[in-house]
Amino acid sequence: MHRHLRSYCLLMPTPLLDIRGLTCEVAHHRILDRLDLTVQAGEIHALLGANGSGKTTLAYLLMGCDGYQASAGQVLFRGADLLALPLHERARLGLTLAWQEPARFEGITVREYVSLGHRQQNPEPALRQVGLDPERYLARRVDKGLSGGERHRIELAAVLSMKPKLAILDEPTAGIDMLSIGHIIDIIRALKRAGGSVLLITHQEDVALIADRASQLCAGRIIYSGSPREAVAHFRGRNCVRCDGEICGYVRP
Amino acid sequence: MSDLETLRHTLPMVGTEPSILDDTGIAHVVAHGHRILSRRTVPGLRVELEETPDALIGQLTVEAGATIAQPVHLCFGLTDPTGVQQITIDVQLQEGAQARILSHCLFPVAQAAQHRMQAVMTIGPGASLTYTEGHYHGLHGGMQVLPHATITVGQGARYFSDFSLLSGSVGHLDIDYRVDVEEDGLAELSAKILAHKTDRITLKEAVVLRGERARSLIRSRVVLEDEARAEITGITEAHAAGARGHVDCMEVVQGRAQASAIPIVKVCHPGAKVTHEAAIGSVDKQALETLMARGLSPEQAVELIVSGILR
Ligand SMILES: Nc1ncnc2c1ncn2[C@@H]1O[C@H](COP(=O)(O)OP(=O)(O)OP(=O)(O)O)[C@@H](O)[C@H]1O
Ligand SMILES: [Mg+2]
Repeated sequence: MHRHLRSYCLLMPTPLLDIRGLTCEVAHHRILDRLDLTVQAGEIHALLGANGSGKTTLAYLLMGCDGYQASAGQVLFRGADLLALPLHERARLGLTLAWQEPARFEGITVREYVSLGHRQQNPEPALRQVGLDPERYLARRVDKGLSGGERHRIELAAVLSMKPKLAILDEPTAGIDMLSIGHIIDIIRALKRAGGSVLLITHQEDVALIADRASQLCAGRIIYSGSPREAVAHFRGRNCVRCDGEICGYVRP
Repeated sequence: MSDLETLRHTLPMVGTEPSILDDTGIAHVVAHGHRILSRRTVPGLRVELEETPDALIGQLTVEAGATIAQPVHLCFGLTDPTGVQQITIDVQLQEGAQARILSHCLFPVAQAAQHRMQAVMTIGPGASLTYTEGHYHGLHGGMQVLPHATITVGQGARYFSDFSLLSGSVGHLDIDYRVDVEEDGLAELSAKILAHKTDRITLKEAVVLRGERARSLIRSRVVLEDEARAEITGITEAHAAGARGHVDCMEVVQGRAQASAIPIVKVCHPGAKVTHEAAIGSVDKQALETLMARGLSPEQAVELIVSGILR
């Protein structure tokens, strides 16, 4: 290794999440292909990519969801070998995921749901932070009766009150009305203020731009990592200099 | 301990405080087998009871226009491991009457016992009855429990029933309810059952919407563990204009349990409508993983989901 590069590496803090060569097949299709990505402690890291590029698959694989297993690669989270742990132990290490389409729970109240796993905690501040009035929502059920946007906010309130070290948010602004996107952005910042990191999967430019860094996923590989503004421009321009069309199929004019 | 004391001490298993029997504002009938252990009535409620060798026969009448403020408490059971209890009961709510019945069937040490209930309930015009039934049959799983009822919901009357079996092991449970609903009447039937070991559950609920604008909801939630089996039949017939019925059946199957659901919907009038939804399967995978992603163990996650479904 070049001497300058080595000293640079020594100065860099150990990443909170360090993914190397991650490969994953689902139903005999290679979805993630030797993917490398790092997320630093205290960082909001946006993940961009076209529909079907593998963002949700990466989220499921990191969380340890059933049916998603790496065929190659390594993931270190807070120094631990993440892929060796079952889902709930990953959560206990401080990793969590807010699903793109959150699940519904018959009979379970918002109060219970938001304070999952830490029953002593008052769920009201987290609800207020996501812009929901506790008086109106605490006794409601996390079931089909909630609108899509309400359900998303309650999911974020539950993530917030868990105080995760790394929250993977899969399109947290999907289904959120225009005027409320600001609330969601506030929550993402609140997660960071509470000492956590966020891997922020999004299709929205204004949401991506709140990140500290951003990466672009293309056909199962990270093809660009850098400033959010550059990543957005790269994605928009389909300026896939590194993959050169080999991965994403883009042919330069 | 007397039979009365034993039954009292079992009440917490169905979520009720034993002190309910001391409250002079609450009517009750407590029976061990076919023998009455305690009874009390309140104004507006007439109770006639007859002990026979083969059955306890009862007639409850709520007088026209009367509102019974506190639920009428029926507590039936056996404190012996074996035996038979047959309850034959006729409940009448006269026009405009309102009452709630809280019925408990307690068999704390049953090993090979039988509990049969034959009920006829008539809810007069504009009257309202809420019937809540809770069961506890100990842990042995050797009971045969056969609650059968025929209910008529009169014009503009309302009937709500809520059956729950949430702890212990029953053995064989065979519920058979038939409800006829007249014009503008409403019937809502809810059943929540947690079965395990080798329990066998048969739940048959039939609603006939006879009158115009009669409405019904059948809601069943059955959670099966171990080797338990369940067969749920929900029948709704609609015979008149504006009649509306809905059947909502969910069965959660774990371990080596098995479940089946038989929805039967019959609409005999073009202005009537009956809808049906049924889901049978294991605990929803994404729901489970979401709870685990918040740090719950797989066991805690299943427990929370199941407790929510059975609420
Ligand atoms: N269980 C599965 N079975 C078959 N194919 C799958 C499965 N899960 C994911 N895929 C495929 O993997 C690819 C990546 O899907 P993924 O959901 O990760 O995309 P995404 O980047 O999250 O897309 P979007 O922006 O639409 O949410 C898609 O082509 C998808 O069809
Ligand atoms: Mg996705």
